[in-house]
Amino acid sequence: MRIPRIVGGAVALAVLGAAGFTAIAWRSGIEPIDPPASASFDPVQVAEGARLAAIGNCMQCHTAPDGKPFAGGYPLKTPFGTIFGTNITPDPETGIGSWSEAAFQRAMAEGVDRAGSHLYPGFPYDHFTKVTERDNRALYAFLMTREPVAADAPPNQLPWPLTFRPLLAGWKLLFLETGEFRPDPSKPEDWNRGAYLVEGLSHCGACHTPRNALGAEEKDKSFGGGESDGWHAPALNQASTAPVPWTKDSLYSYLRTGVSADHAVASGPMAPVVRNLSRVPDTDVQAIATYVADRMGAREAPADPPTPAAEAPRQPEGRAATIYRGACATCHDANGPLQFASPVGLDRATSLAQPDPRNAIQVILHGVETPDAKAAPLMPGFANALTNAQVADLAAYLRTRFTGQPVWDDLEAEVGRARTGDSSE
Amino acid sequence: MKHSKGSPPELSRRAFLGGGALLVGFTLMPGRLLAQAPREAKGGGDVGLPKALGADPALESWIRIDADGAITVFTGKAELGQGIRTALIQVAAEELSVTPADITLVTADTGRTPNESFTAGSQSMQESGTAILHAAAQVRAILLGLAAERLGLPAERLTIANAAVTAPGGGSLGFGELVADGGLREATARPGTALKPVADYTVIGQGVRRIDIPAKVTGGPAYVQDLRLPGMVHARVVRPPSPSARLRGVDTGEVERMPGVVGVHRDGDYLAVVAEREWQAITASRALASAAVWDERPSLPDENDIFDTLLGLRSEDTVIHDRRLAGTGAAGGGRRLSAEFRRGYQIHGSIGPSCAVGLFEDGGMTVWSHAQGMFPLRAALVEMLGLPEDRVRCIHVEGSGCYGHNGADDAGADAALLARAFPGRPVRVQWMREDEHAWEPFGPAMVSRASGSVGRDGGIADLTYEVWSNAHSTRPGGAGALMPAWHLAQPFEPDPPKPIPQPAGGGDRNAIPLYAIPNARIVHHFLPEMPLRVSALRGLGAYMNVFSLESFMDELAREAGTDPVEFRLRHLDDPRARDVVTLAAERFGWSAARLPSGHGRGFGFARYKNLAAYCAVAVEVMVARETGATRLLRAVAAIDSGQAVNPDGIRNQTEGGIIQSASWTLMERARFDRTRVTSLDWSGYPILRFDQVPESVDVHVIDRPGSPFLGTGEAAQGPTAGAIANAVADATGARLRELPLTSDRVKAAIGV
Amino acid sequence: MITLSVNGRDHQIDADPATPLLYVLRDDLHLNAAKFGCGLGQCGSCMVLADGLPVVSCVTPVVALEGRRIRTVEGLGGADDPGPVQRAFIDEQAAQCGYCIPGFIISAQALLERTPSPSDAEIRTALKPNLCRCGTHIRILRAVRRAADAMRTSVAANPGGEGGQ
Repeated sequence: MRIPRIVGGAVALAVLGAAGFTAIAWRSGIEPIDPPASASFDPVQVAEGARLAAIGNCMQCHTAPDGKPFAGGYPLKTPFGTIFGTNITPDPETGIGSWSEAAFQRAMAEGVDRAGSHLYPGFPYDHFTKVTERDNRALYAFLMTREPVAADAPPNQLPWPLTFRPLLAGWKLLFLETGEFRPDPSKPEDWNRGAYLVEGLSHCGACHTPRNALGAEEKDKSFGGGESDGWHAPALNQASTAPVPWTKDSLYSYLRTGVSADHAVASGPMAPVVRNLSRVPDTDVQAIATYVADRMGAREAPADPPTPAAEAPRQPEGRAATIYRGACATCHDANGPLQFASPVGLDRATSLAQPDPRNAIQVILHGVETPDAKAAPLMPGFANALTNAQVADLAAYLRTRFTGQPVWDDLEAEVGRARTGDSSE
Repeated sequence: MKHSKGSPPELSRRAFLGGGALLVGFTLMPGRLLAQAPREAKGGGDVGLPKALGADPALESWIRIDADGAITVFTGKAELGQGIRTALIQVAAEELSVTPADITLVTADTGRTPNESFTAGSQSMQESGTAILHAAAQVRAILLGLAAERLGLPAERLTIANAAVTAPGGGSLGFGELVADGGLREATARPGTALKPVADYTVIGQGVRRIDIPAKVTGGPAYVQDLRLPGMVHARVVRPPSPSARLRGVDTGEVERMPGVVGVHRDGDYLAVVAEREWQAITASRALASAAVWDERPSLPDENDIFDTLLGLRSEDTVIHDRRLAGTGAAGGGRRLSAEFRRGYQIHGSIGPSCAVGLFEDGGMTVWSHAQGMFPLRAALVEMLGLPEDRVRCIHVEGSGCYGHNGADDAGADAALLARAFPGRPVRVQWMREDEHAWEPFGPAMVSRASGSVGRDGGIADLTYEVWSNAHSTRPGGAGALMPAWHLAQPFEPDPPKPIPQPAGGGDRNAIPLYAIPNARIVHHFLPEMPLRVSALRGLGAYMNVFSLESFMDELAREAGTDPVEFRLRHLDDPRARDVVTLAAERFGWSAARLPSGHGRGFGFARYKNLAAYCAVAVEVMVARETGATRLLRAVAAIDSGQAVNPDGIRNQTEGGIIQSASWTLMERARFDRTRVTSLDWSGYPILRFDQVPESVDVHVIDRPGSPFLGTGEAAQGPTAGAIANAVADATGARLRELPLTSDRVKAAIGV
Repeated sequence: MITLSVNGRDHQIDADPATPLLYVLRDDLHLNAAKFGCGLGQCGSCMVLADGLPVVSCVTPVVALEGRRIRTVEGLGGADDPGPVQRAFIDEQAAQCGYCIPGFIISAQALLERTPSPSDAEIRTALKPNLCRCGTHIRILRAVRRAADAMRTSVAANPGGEGGQ
């Protein structure tokens, strides 16, 4: 499945690239500058840039695991290969120290680096193009006042011909619609603020919208559910399968604290997003929640709430049910030891109600970890304790018992892929 | 740990030792007199004997030698993970001239050992160590005297070694032979002990390997949790969900029918289940919790206003230090600096939750417990159970690391209550993680305020320091100190809390800096009302007070334009204090040289309680500017514990103190809402993990041969906190004054 | 009845198959090393090896472990004949209260069986699931490094032998 898609994508890109090449492939360089002194930036603007950078989750993709902030090296896994986040500290040699503000503005708006090379859309300029010039100026001020770090990101691991960047011009021709966000005057101010952030800097769709064979977001399925790093990014539109419909308040709670008691705990790639949002003003988190809640629509609660199979007729207990009692019930049953601060109830957990089993599998295998030693759920992984077949049985049991929905297909193989980290579609 | 069914447990140490004590004279041997300066015995003991020995001067209370030569040493102190068993054996072995392996040590047991109250306050070596040293020296003298009589030679000509006394000609009498006639039986300690010359020491001062480690790393039975008695059943207590909760009702029928359940016990709001197997007890307790209906009400303060809440409570104020030197008033000082410091609630968080085993049989109660004081626990249980004292025995068995008054006493009470409810079978009560996190007494939240100025001479002209704190010990005490007793149908009320007086102090421990300051006024605001249950946590008030004062010292040093180490030395007269400060700075490589960006260095010093070990700590931290995450990179400490009995033990304790204090200082804060404690596990209350552990922690021990043992175990807590806060200030330019220094707080202080 | 292979011997276990391994080890097999710490899989005190991998036995039901090779600290050596990791902990005096130490020994054993020459960062990562409250961390690090050296030396001297049995 994967290989043909990549090759097909590459071939298509090659054809398109050839066509677009002469027209738009070549971009001029912008003259390097000496890194501006930190003091030359207005502190108010720098502070605004800090908040924006947090909203954009910039640090996540531009910081290697255990690396210096913004110094690059984060491996972004895509179906086409691994792209490494670049160094965006003001180091003149390896970072963006020699970038003028105009070069930065162009990178955000058009996906072109200072020297004129096209950037891979792993850098989500299809969203960042919506960011206002004013906000880009603040971001620039923030980044140029960071500590410069001399660090080269590792070379991207992409197959030929994707290493030939001018091809990206064709991709842009097809999929990139440049231009700042335009508010909808019929909507209230906080909705527009939320739309601006969500569609622009926050680039939520980069994970939550499915992508086509060429790696572009499928606009007609916007927020229909996508993927990130082996995790399913759940639908943020009416396709949401959350047993309890999301509301503005529950979205706000989730984004502000990392937990919505009726839905989920922020895990996997969403954990750093929430961590970064902790430095964002309340009004912006409210605005994001307002807009996303509106996109999700007023989904009617199912006429009959899902009927958990908990009270199934007495029959010999299956192995998965026994494993559940010994491994999971301790915390997840009502009145477990954390009965007075219990985790999300499994009958409400979005991970079990989704059409895609990967999040449930990821959590069973690898647990939920405390990020940055702040108080947050801490669940052990069962990768060493349970076999693939046991994890698959358990996932199927949880799905049936807590959602009443049909068991996911091909579970054991999916567990195998999640275990080896080879679980992107 | 053995107990045979059917025979009542030994209930009286006197019965065990037999008979009263008569004074037996012996020749004073030449040697060093009283170098381990015994403190004056209080409450009737002989003046001139170490306190503990004065209180119980019968030598066989401390040292017994059987006819077969077996040597047993008794201490009223307990092993809490601090390595005290090894160090006490070293002390006894030294004076008796035997090897440590020849000695069996019996720790706190109301049926067998002297009453040494609590094992707390870093006093085991000072108290029990000194008592055993003197008792052993007297036993040695008696042995020499008995041998001299038998051999017809003057004692001075005899040598004592390898558990025998030997004559110059080669005739030799083993210890066992010498005492076979009961020569030790009625001997009583007398003042004026002749101690072995320090120069002759071969065991004290050596890094003797801990006797308990081999069993602990190979799965030998080592803890009260490992006790398995014949017929033992397992209990779990279903605690109320919040401190003020009342049990409205519970239908126990279904739980009682669960497999293995022996019974459900309810007494007022006290609810527990006992089962044959441990997992059965756990699952039954979950079901019981599910069946219980509680009435709760908000009774806790607002966590966000906790410091204002504390400052608003009625306080009992004591000026604990007031010094005014004529002619050097505040007028001499420059700009006045003022600062307020805060510390949130913190927990002990032993890795193994509290556990105890109880057995009620033939009208006698035996409780195996890892609490810090077996005699005080017995007194509390006697009151709670209404049994005569000679029918209750408490035996210490080690638990997981103890850093003060945790759930151990309460678990002992649980075991006693449930053993009484299910007589004839040993009942093992194991607290669950959430029981310990929610119900152990916390280290109190505290507030302090410092103000002061630097004089024209560059020294501190004046200092005012005030500290507001709840009690730092609510230990037993009476039955009211036992949390389970609060929930009984006939509840016991806690005694009104009392401050611990100076010089040791409780909330005001180390509130008086050791620095020479011409004008200083120190006030302790004792707050009797406790919004949350609190008690002793390693270091008591010293942790917060040293954090505050050492932070403020750096602020004053900065005002004076003086290097922080130099500034401290300028105000230290005590040469031993100067030595630890100098050594720590030297070994750390203290300088004013620029560190890499984001790095900072800091220094902290205190003499614990102003009367125990001297400890100085220098640290380097790294602060991530973008996140505020702070990591302790390295620490170098110097410690002077007087005569170092086991230098490696001192290093181990001090390394541990530094890392534990780093965890407290950077991460730890107990959480609660208006009704319940909400930090119930290691996610709600995270502690330091291996990825945050420093690259290195180096501890340098300054040995002081011949000087008194000084308590070590808590000495590093305060200096480490001060050093870290000072290093964060050095790294970021921002002074943080509220513990813990979490990444959010550091980031907020740094700004963008 | 469930058959469990523990330290090279098969045991017939008559218990609820959902029972977490920890309670079976401690109460049925009378093994002391694996400790109850949290019952939530958060602290590592209860760790044992299952087919060479560290698992938290307090939340691993015995039913899941049939057919797996379980080893506990007792299986690595006794007080008189400690295994290389245990010996290293004794030699470094890497314990205070010692309650958490068996869990650390299991994490270290699992690491060193797979990675004979771990970097400092690899050791820290491997030990991250385990909590120590006494602050013995620096000695634990030294003990793991010492054990790595000892195990490599013994493998070099006896290339056919299995490190740490």
